[in-house]
Amino acid sequence: MADTPIETNKINNDLDTFPKLLLDHAKKRPNKDAIREKDLGIWQSWTWSKAAEEIAALANGLASLGFKRGDKLAIVGNNRPRLYWGMCSAQSLGGIPVPVYQDSVADEIQYVLDHSEVRFALVEDQEQVDKMLEIYDSCPAMETIIYDDPRGLRDYDKTHLYDFEKLQDIGREFAKENPDYFLQEVNKGSGEDIGIFLYTSGTTGKPKGVVMTNNNILITARNSVKFDNLTENEEIVSYLPMAWVGDHIFSYAQAYVTGFCVNCPESTETVATDLREIGPTYYFAPPRVFENILTTVTIRMHDASKLKQKMFNYFMGVAKKTGVDMLDGKQVTAKERFLYWLGNILVYGPLKNTMGFSRIRLAYTAGEAIGPEIFDFFRSLGINVKQLYGQTEAAVFITMQPDGEIFADTVGIPAPGVEVKVNDDGEVIYRGPGVFHSYYKNEESTKETKNEEGWVLTGDAGYFADNGHLKIIDRAKDVGKFVDGTMFAPKYIENKLKFFPHIKEVVAIGDGKDHCTAFINIDLEAVGNWAERNNVGYASYQELAGHEEVYKMMLESIEQVNKDLSTDSLMSKSQIHRFLILHKELDPDDGELTRTGKVRRRIVAEKYSVLIDALYNGSKDCYINTEVAFEDGRKGSIEATLRIQEAETYTPAPATKGAN
Amino acid sequence: MDQDNRIGDTLLEVKNISLSFGGVKALTDISFDIKEGEIRAIIGPNGAGKSSMLNVINGFYHPQEGEVWFRGKKRESMKPYQVARQGVARTFQNIALFKGMSTLDNLMTGCITHMKTNIFLQAIWKGPAEREELEFRERVEHIIDFLGIQAIRKTPVGRLPYGMQKRVELGRALAAQPKLLLLDEPMAGMNLEEKEDMSRFILDVNDEFGTTITLIEHDIGVVMDLSDRIVVLDYGCKLADGTPDVVRNDQAVIDAYLGVSHDD
Repeated sequence: MADTPIETNKINNDLDTFPKLLLDHAKKRPNKDAIREKDLGIWQSWTWSKAAEEIAALANGLASLGFKRGDKLAIVGNNRPRLYWGMCSAQSLGGIPVPVYQDSVADEIQYVLDHSEVRFALVEDQEQVDKMLEIYDSCPAMETIIYDDPRGLRDYDKTHLYDFEKLQDIGREFAKENPDYFLQEVNKGSGEDIGIFLYTSGTTGKPKGVVMTNNNILITARNSVKFDNLTENEEIVSYLPMAWVGDHIFSYAQAYVTGFCVNCPESTETVATDLREIGPTYYFAPPRVFENILTTVTIRMHDASKLKQKMFNYFMGVAKKTGVDMLDGKQVTAKERFLYWLGNILVYGPLKNTMGFSRIRLAYTAGEAIGPEIFDFFRSLGINVKQLYGQTEAAVFITMQPDGEIFADTVGIPAPGVEVKVNDDGEVIYRGPGVFHSYYKNEESTKETKNEEGWVLTGDAGYFADNGHLKIIDRAKDVGKFVDGTMFAPKYIENKLKFFPHIKEVVAIGDGKDHCTAFINIDLEAVGNWAERNNVGYASYQELAGHEEVYKMMLESIEQVNKDLSTDSLMSKSQIHRFLILHKELDPDDGELTRTGKVRRRIVAEKYSVLIDALYNGSKDCYINTEVAFEDGRKGSIEATLRIQEAETYTPAPATKGAN
Repeated sequence: MDQDNRIGDTLLEVKNISLSFGGVKALTDISFDIKEGEIRAIIGPNGAGKSSMLNVINGFYHPQEGEVWFRGKKRESMKPYQVARQGVARTFQNIALFKGMSTLDNLMTGCITHMKTNIFLQAIWKGPAEREELEFRERVEHIIDFLGIQAIRKTPVGRLPYGMQKRVELGRALAAQPKLLLLDEPMAGMNLEEKEDMSRFILDVNDEFGTTITLIEHDIGVVMDLSDRIVVLDYGCKLADGTPDVVRNDQAVIDAYLGVSHDD
């Protein structure tokens, strides 16, 4: 990393805010596409100069409604150009955008909007307007709601509601009377200003508002752009929640820094098709998306003809042997190179095309550990998937994997400008230009997380491997101990199991107990497909999950993992002795997962305490009645008697002490 | 919602309709009207003559007696396609889509009644034919957006689940830009969630496009919630006609639904 010159604290004075960058692009590359959205079956594009005009009109509209410096604009909805413009409009006026997870229920949104004293909200459609009106009275600061899609809103009381286009028209009128207002306001902004509030989903307690300055975001974005040589020619598809820091960096900050084009899908269900149509060159996805793609490919190959299966299997074998080496720039023989070339014509090329990865130059995954098989599958196809390790408080980047040094089990070297070390408690800490300003209205938490020298606690336990790459074990607070004092790292065990395609989610239990047990969630798509092929009939998720054959399949996976764990001296104690398959999927609506899909251990442990007791008292089955929340907020309940299955455990291989 | 504002003059009126097949009397002396902009339901037990009534309205059956008045004019005996051209579209009790064609193509067929260019121009697909198709495609895309079926645009309809097929069928009827939309059991065989979706669409179609809707439905809860006025048929005769409240409290209706002995 020494050979890349890095700007850590300096930034071009003229381009230290998003609106200034916008105007710069509008001047330098006015006719280049800035953003696209598929609407009415056609990709509609806006060039940088058109985008600047739209943003200025909206900003002037907001100004005419009395939007002042420091005011907050909530943004709720799927990735739409107008919502991204809303961010920049607010920032033009010295305001602060507050993106909110669009699938949150009204209560969750209420907390965020009230906590951040939002005065204005820009929302996508009727669904979100309804939520806003529901919480309107419990958010005293709230004044105006602006909506993008007017459908179904014709008969609403319009006292607090504004149509996006109408507000822009008001803005254009406003601009006629105050022609210089927009530019003046933009020029008042600086890198030191607060640029955005990003609320963390929070595995525990209420969400915290992470306050970021423009410098935090922009310097980090510039460094990462340089690290990966991103140019204005990249194409990305933005489909991850706008409230998530990753999307803010990838779809907003990096696009504004380089001038590349952001593509918004037509709807959440069409992402796969839209991805194929765009063929992004730069792509970001959490591990589960890559897992899903691989699962789909595997399922479809099972349904293919024998000849195709043979060809696929043969060439995937070739790719496994040579693909990764070729990507890492290592030497391969001429014969291997030829076979890979042939495979590319027959298998890899068409396969990448169906996945929408034909033009891909760089893909990132982060958020959770990715299975080595999954990771290698994509890399062997010549797709440069890399891992990074980051969090909201760091404006994403803490460590990144440089080209040619990609390992599945480590997350890379410190990102440019970031210092990373492991403190005495084994916790990973860092400091750098992206380190957050503070938690909004929460000085206590700010002090707990960030010390005076700017070092931030990640809350993750990890260590640097011999090659200088960081390895993350688990959330520091989740690492527990068995009764005899041996370390228990649930995530480590869970990840090993989750790499099996038919397992969707695992919760490992063992802290304070004398051995390890687990809850399993089946992957409905994979297991359902298996059931179809094997003539296993089922009427519901619950019935399939409790099926004898499914239990057998899970048992095999668990015993395989147990065997694997037994060879690791540090982890051999963590072999799973008993397990059960849950009768329902863990769900964020029931509070069991965070909105980003991470298990909330405490809540799961409380809710299913009966099951945990049953896992440890030797019973053969256990009755449970669970309350579930439907998407519209209504409640129902599911009852089931779950079978508990014993698993074979293996005696640890004698004394081969693994390094850490 | 301001009812008086939404609902206008009489759009269609049936006067003393009687229809029989051989010796079987399907409809006996039925009269009612449908006002512009309203949601009008026809309900009744099995075999009451509801679908026959719909078939009379869209010109598939020709009643032996009685008259149909559409937009203030007495309608002569017509073929269904002529009725369709006048602005009456319908969906069917048993889905009648082209199973092998994509959602998009099925919706495009809904525009055919509005096609002005002839088969030869269409075959060359230049000039007016091309412009016309583009115009239809745009209309269809608006409907796809409206119904939220972007993800199945290119999917052959036969592969779709039942509830989705119903939605596509509604889309095809909408593509004809009807003045009067006839829905024959739009919610039959649907689960609760699909029924809620479909109810939402029916209300939205009525609200957004101002389309007059006449529907047959067995789910009384849905009918009572959606409709402005309801006609109740039983054994081919009109039992009651009025707002949901009136119908709900009508003794004849209660008897028909709860069942009283019909043999005299």
